[in-house]
Amino acid sequence: MRLLEINDLTVTFQTGDGEVNAVNGVSLGIDAGETLAIVGESGSGKSQTAFAAMGLLARNGAARGEVLFDGQNLLTLPQKALNKVRSTQISMIFQDPMTSLNPYMRISDQMAEVLMLHKGMSKRQAVTEAAQMLDAVRIPDARARITMYPHEFSGGMRQRIMIAMALLCKPRLLIADEPTTALDVTVQAQIMQLLGEIRRDFGTAVILITHDLGVVAGFCDRTLVMYGGQVMEEGTTEQVFAAPSHPYTQGLLSAVPRIDRDDDELATIAGEPPDMSHLPAGCPFSPRCDVVRPECPGQRPPLLAFGAGRRRACHQPWTEEA
Amino acid sequence: MFPDKAVAEGLGQAAQLAEVQGRSLWKDARIRFFRNKAAVVALYMLVAICIFAFFGGWAAQHERDAIDFALSGPNAYKGVPSFATGHYFGTDADGRDLFARTVQGTRISLLVGIVGALIAVIVGTLYGAISGYFGGRTDGAMMRTVDILMSVPYMFVLILLLVIFGKSILMLFVGIGLISWLDMARIARGQTLTIKNKEFVEAAVAIGVRPMTIILRHIVPNLAGIVVVYSTLLIPGMIITESFISFLGLGVQEPNTSLGALISRGASQMQYGVIWQLAFPLFFFIVTLFAFFFVGDGLRDALDPKDR
Amino acid sequence: MSTILSVQDLAVTFDVRPRGAWPWSSPLKLHAVGDVSFDLAAGECLGVVGESGSGKSTLARAIVGTVPSSHGKILFEGHDLAAMNVSQRRVHRKDVQMIFQDPLAALNPRMPVGDIIAEPLITHAPQTPRAEVKRRVAELMERVGLLPNLINRYPHEFSGGQCQRIGIARALILQPKLVICDEPVSALDVSVQAQVVNLLRELQRDMGLSMIFIAHDLSVVKHVSDRIVVMYLGRLMEQATARRLTTDPRHPYTQALISSVPIPDPVLEKTRRRPVLEGELPSPLAPPSGCVFRTRCPRVQPDCAGARPAMVDLGDGHGVACPHQVPMEAIAPA
Repeated sequence: MRLLEINDLTVTFQTGDGEVNAVNGVSLGIDAGETLAIVGESGSGKSQTAFAAMGLLARNGAARGEVLFDGQNLLTLPQKALNKVRSTQISMIFQDPMTSLNPYMRISDQMAEVLMLHKGMSKRQAVTEAAQMLDAVRIPDARARITMYPHEFSGGMRQRIMIAMALLCKPRLLIADEPTTALDVTVQAQIMQLLGEIRRDFGTAVILITHDLGVVAGFCDRTLVMYGGQVMEEGTTEQVFAAPSHPYTQGLLSAVPRIDRDDDELATIAGEPPDMSHLPAGCPFSPRCDVVRPECPGQRPPLLAFGAGRRRACHQPWTEEA
Repeated sequence: MFPDKAVAEGLGQAAQLAEVQGRSLWKDARIRFFRNKAAVVALYMLVAICIFAFFGGWAAQHERDAIDFALSGPNAYKGVPSFATGHYFGTDADGRDLFARTVQGTRISLLVGIVGALIAVIVGTLYGAISGYFGGRTDGAMMRTVDILMSVPYMFVLILLLVIFGKSILMLFVGIGLISWLDMARIARGQTLTIKNKEFVEAAVAIGVRPMTIILRHIVPNLAGIVVVYSTLLIPGMIITESFISFLGLGVQEPNTSLGALISRGASQMQYGVIWQLAFPLFFFIVTLFAFFFVGDGLRDALDPKDR
Repeated sequence: MSTILSVQDLAVTFDVRPRGAWPWSSPLKLHAVGDVSFDLAAGECLGVVGESGSGKSTLARAIVGTVPSSHGKILFEGHDLAAMNVSQRRVHRKDVQMIFQDPLAALNPRMPVGDIIAEPLITHAPQTPRAEVKRRVAELMERVGLLPNLINRYPHEFSGGQCQRIGIARALILQPKLVICDEPVSALDVSVQAQVVNLLRELQRDMGLSMIFIAHDLSVVKHVSDRIVVMYLGRLMEQATARRLTTDPRHPYTQALISSVPIPDPVLEKTRRRPVLEGELPSPLAPPSGCVFRTRCPRVQPDCAGARPAMVDLGDGHGVACPHQVPMEAIAPA
């Protein structure tokens, strides 16, 4: 049994302009201790997939499908049981740590609260434990700084605090939604290194949601590429980067300038990111695709397995390049 | 020459395409506003009240200051509302047609509210925008002036003004106008401080646009949303202020009247069984205020940038 | 090549008043940019790289003139922009234009895009006939890859990439000599980023523009620029040609920066040696004495706290502000 398995997840939002499908029949899975990257641009539905799985959708959103965590369907779980799972089994960290830190509470109180509630610790125990966790995420002088308020820390430090809070209950799955997007590269390197160590030391499975292919390359076992609310392709990170099987992935990889290469002109993907309220009935990438076929706009390509544990959704037949 | 093929092809077709009309934020807001049922009903009511206030005089059978001696004084209780006599709303304690007087009272109250709000919008917005945009010492001096004016007990000053310069509608307008823009100036300044740090204002500075042009072209239009919402909430406030002053007997003078004065008179006659003298003006007063509040609410929802 | 812009010992300090301080108490000095000097040749693209708090955006704003400089010279074609009064400076503004980071925020939401693009023209040549203005706007919209029939649309009806094209059109309508791009692509999606980068390079080549390209993403800067300067805490750390800087960085900060840039190649990335920079950016209110980088430098020496290290010329325009500079082995197989 996989740790988390999402089957045919669809997320619909009621907006002023009618229904919008942010996620459209997404299926994915992750094993214990594994790292999975969900890569996509804005509007790809990568964050909404995670929010829906965690039951954190905005009030005008609704999720259909199946989200199995340890065999339990999170979408049909009663609120109380879901809260239990969310607080002790799955944790989430966000792009902006300030959205999940209460600016009026000391770090010690915020962290201790979690432990007192879920582990039944005394306040003193909880604060000690929290300080140890801050040590573990390399916050210098953690014991003294734990009584400070969130705004007294820098962006990188706040993200470390978020990670420490997410790890307090030793979750089995950590979902990191663009955890380093707001940070500088040198701080990003620190945080990614930290996440790598945590994964090793705690055996936590990590889902990394990001648009940054460079970060994915260094961190994830498997990569799933999303576009327009659908999965475009999936495979091990090495496979996807070395031999991308979908025109979108190919375009994306060649559109990123690389510091280790002299590329004169960047290849581009024509057009604009998808408008989620006006998606084509078929492949969402078809309006921008170089190798579009007549059936592409009208008929949705199924996500089919191929090669060594890979999946892709494209009408174009796949030929492995030698 | 073009960055990508699709765009180049698109441009080829563009020659045949007519210019596309854009959908401004105002248009968006209008569409959202008209989706809000309560606000639209309130807007219609407001329109109806305005028609009543400005054209109702034509439907009146009597002059507003013509005294029907048969219905005045001790006979006032006979002045019940009736279509037969042409006194649709009955008569007041002096035997004057209450319909004609309510029409005029509503008109004066609306005028006070709208004039007060207009002064607030024009003076307050510009004052606040200038103060906020220039910042520094200018801002300090301008906002301290507002603080000082605000800390003066304005009701007291207004009453003094009316007593010294005589009680007239003009004085009432002057008095209300003097105080109404202060809050608006503060709101506009606060908003300007946010807008001023937006990149489009910086872009205008970098281009070399002159400061006053920046204020009028870039700041004020972006203040408009909050200003419109606030002024729809300001109008009822002005009406209430005027009513209060008229209630005290310092506002509009006979034979002119306002809703506040009418309510005051009606309330004093209540015990003689002439409840209509209170009920009609009060009805229009409450309906007007409600309508303004609902429209203001609808506007706020429609213009709220969070929805965008 | 002639020098179009020469920045000499430029410093920008801001007065910061601590919260709750008396209005008459003397303010603290925030040193956003300190003693920055560089030259820009006509037709060249200079990349400015630095992390947040490095002062790179303030430097841009000082050159454009939306932030006053407190010291030093900004010689634009021999005229010192920093010494000019407001009206003299306004005349020169048409030669130096800017492209902003957040494409949507840089456009007035209440103005149709045609008016937005035309604004510089109307400001500097108010007597231009309306038909001519419209023709120029349409021409430019086409040039940056926008349909000219969208001239009456409003910014919110465009995607981020299209908004940035509008911003580019606005910056180019006066045919400026120097364009300063402040993080022009960092708010855009990856696939759109490449479109805008290519467009900027193409325009720069075709119109013979001089450009200053500011970004935190070294990969993008390297791709766009001829020469790169690296900033840290308001000061220049290193300058060199783009290729030389990325293949043979000498300053410990540049080296740390380059090794932190992720490479989208799992095989390479997972085996890369990565010396992670420790510590935090010091406060610009009280920058460290001597070398500003010494508090985080992996190769710090006792003498680093003394005098500020001068820019040492290594030849070929490669300058390093570090007396202890050593080469780093190539970060990737060339």
